[in-house]
Amino acid sequence: MTDVLLQVEGLRKRFGGVAATDNLTLDVRAGEVHALIGPNGAGKTTFITQLMGELTPDAGSVRFAGQPLEGLDTAARVRLGIARTFQITQTLDEETAQANVALTIQAHQGHSFRFWKNAATDPSLNEPARRLLADAGLAARRNVQVRDMSHGEHKQLELAMALASEPRLLLLDEPMAGLGVSESRQMIDALKTLKGRIAILLVEHDMDAVFALADRISVLVYGKVIATGTAQEIQADPQVRAAYLGEGDA
Amino acid sequence: MADIQNTVHKVAPAKPKNVRSHLLIAQLIVLLAVLPYLANLFGQPALVSLATRIIILAIAAASLNLIMGYAGLASFGHAAWYGLGGYVVGILYRHSVTGDPLFGLPIGSDQMLITVPAAILIAGLFAAIFGSLSLRTSGVQFIMITLAFAQMIFFFFVALKAYGGDDGLIIRRRNALPGLDTRDAMVWYWICLGVAILWYALLSRIVASRFGRILVGVRQSERRMAAMGVRTYPYKLVAFVIAGMGGGLAGALMANHMRFVSPDMLHWTQSGEFMFMVILGGAGTLLGPAFGAAVLIGLETVLAAWTEHWQVILGPILVLAILFTRGGLSGLVRLVRGGRDD
Ligand SMILES: Nc1ncnc2c1ncn2[C@@H]1O[C@H](COP(=O)(O)OP(=O)(O)OP(=O)(O)O)[C@@H](O)[C@H]1O
Ligand SMILES: [Mg+2]
Repeated sequence: MTDVLLQVEGLRKRFGGVAATDNLTLDVRAGEVHALIGPNGAGKTTFITQLMGELTPDAGSVRFAGQPLEGLDTAARVRLGIARTFQITQTLDEETAQANVALTIQAHQGHSFRFWKNAATDPSLNEPARRLLADAGLAARRNVQVRDMSHGEHKQLELAMALASEPRLLLLDEPMAGLGVSESRQMIDALKTLKGRIAILLVEHDMDAVFALADRISVLVYGKVIATGTAQEIQADPQVRAAYLGEGDA
Repeated sequence: MADIQNTVHKVAPAKPKNVRSHLLIAQLIVLLAVLPYLANLFGQPALVSLATRIIILAIAAASLNLIMGYAGLASFGHAAWYGLGGYVVGILYRHSVTGDPLFGLPIGSDQMLITVPAAILIAGLFAAIFGSLSLRTSGVQFIMITLAFAQMIFFFFVALKAYGGDDGLIIRRRNALPGLDTRDAMVWYWICLGVAILWYALLSRIVASRFGRILVGVRQSERRMAAMGVRTYPYKLVAFVIAGMGGGLAGALMANHMRFVSPDMLHWTQSGEFMFMVILGGAGTLLGPAFGAAVLIGLETVLAAWTEHWQVILGPILVLAILFTRGGLSGLVRLVRGGRDD
């Protein structure tokens, strides 16, 4: 048994009549890729939003590396070592790819009450930013303004930014969505290189990616985890087949 | 001739961007430094005073630009800091003349080296208090709350009969500066120009620094900043205070320039004018607010000399200017020079 890095117990969140998160219990072990799958509207993004502290759950607890996260804001959680990517990408669109990554590194290096030195020419920011962009396959695109980049490049950039804060846990909200076949392959390869080093909660509809990457899979339906297990266990689970895999595009 | 222009045009963009903008700034400084001589040469000595006014307003506009243009926080209360700075100079001058104590202390000064830093500090202090409250809001709410705070200060000074109330305070003599005759229009112009250059140089460092990068990030996506692990509030507050101090500095200079302060300096239309200068010149660009101030005050002066209904004409001109010069006048300058800033 490996250590549990993220422990979620009995999480609940209602939006009016909708139970977006319904007594959700799940854990992510250090170094594992734990895929979270489920139909549209199952509550996957809402779950990540609560893990990041952007939304406050109605009930339940989240512990990260043994520490309760209750009351911590997003920035504090990021500093503890949690990073995310967004289903709808959130980047600084007027900046270059490199500036986006460099700013994330800057944030990771400590406070930014530094008023004098030019940040755009700071090698302690630019060199690691270049390395991360090269790893993400964006070496040639680093000086392009983000708003001029393709959808797939935005996804790659978000991954590079998430890694720039050297997280222990990555929350990826549909990193393959909208990617072409070769872009998906690249993304899967990039994530494979992280396997074992960084724990990943992978929200994804692309089942090829899920089967290629996941150590364990949890299935979320109407805010509830109806099954957790290895790929084989999940594929064999009658409840899952009925609720999700059977009727869907798996 | 056309050939020559073409080559010049082709060569210019090949130069690195910072070399070109440094050249532009050097040219501008030289031009501004000799402007009083040119004004006298062309028999327009009144231009010196007008240029001084523009330079002072450009300091205030550049300060607003730090929060509005760079951090995307549209403060509609910038006149508060400008007016406060002015009143600090006015009140200190009054006490230096009467010798009356202020808050029981023998305070009072007509020395620029005391009054101007005092104005900057007082404006910064109030900006810290008001900023810490108003920055808890955002969007339209932020605009309204900054306006409300500025209105509070406006009505406070209207009601403050001890310092002239509605009528304001007259400053009989411009503050003194050791070794310089501040009463000489040209010397006074150069003093203000020097202060403005220093302030712009300081702001140019700030916006390029790590701190400045955070502000620009705040404008583009607060959500992304949080995901980077940045709590943005302290940065916004510090930027707000720096902007307030710049406003106070400008107000202190303007009080000296006009030798008069009144609640007019605190009026919401003054806040609106600062916003106009920023937008007109190009929000989030270093020199934009200076261009904005020059064009706005220039137009006002020309139109006011021509007709008493000048505001009716100025309004549409401003709207058109903003609609048709994307990124304000600095956008236009960039276009004409054939380069791209970003
Ligand atoms: N801020 C909100 N206010 C009200 N309802 C919300 C809000 N956010 C999400 N919901 C609802 O909660 C449910 C879960 O939404 P969520 O976006 O988490 O689903 P998802 O699993 O990420 O779906 P998808 O696969 O389409 O991304 C949906 O019914 C959605 O309409
Ligand atoms: Mg989602």
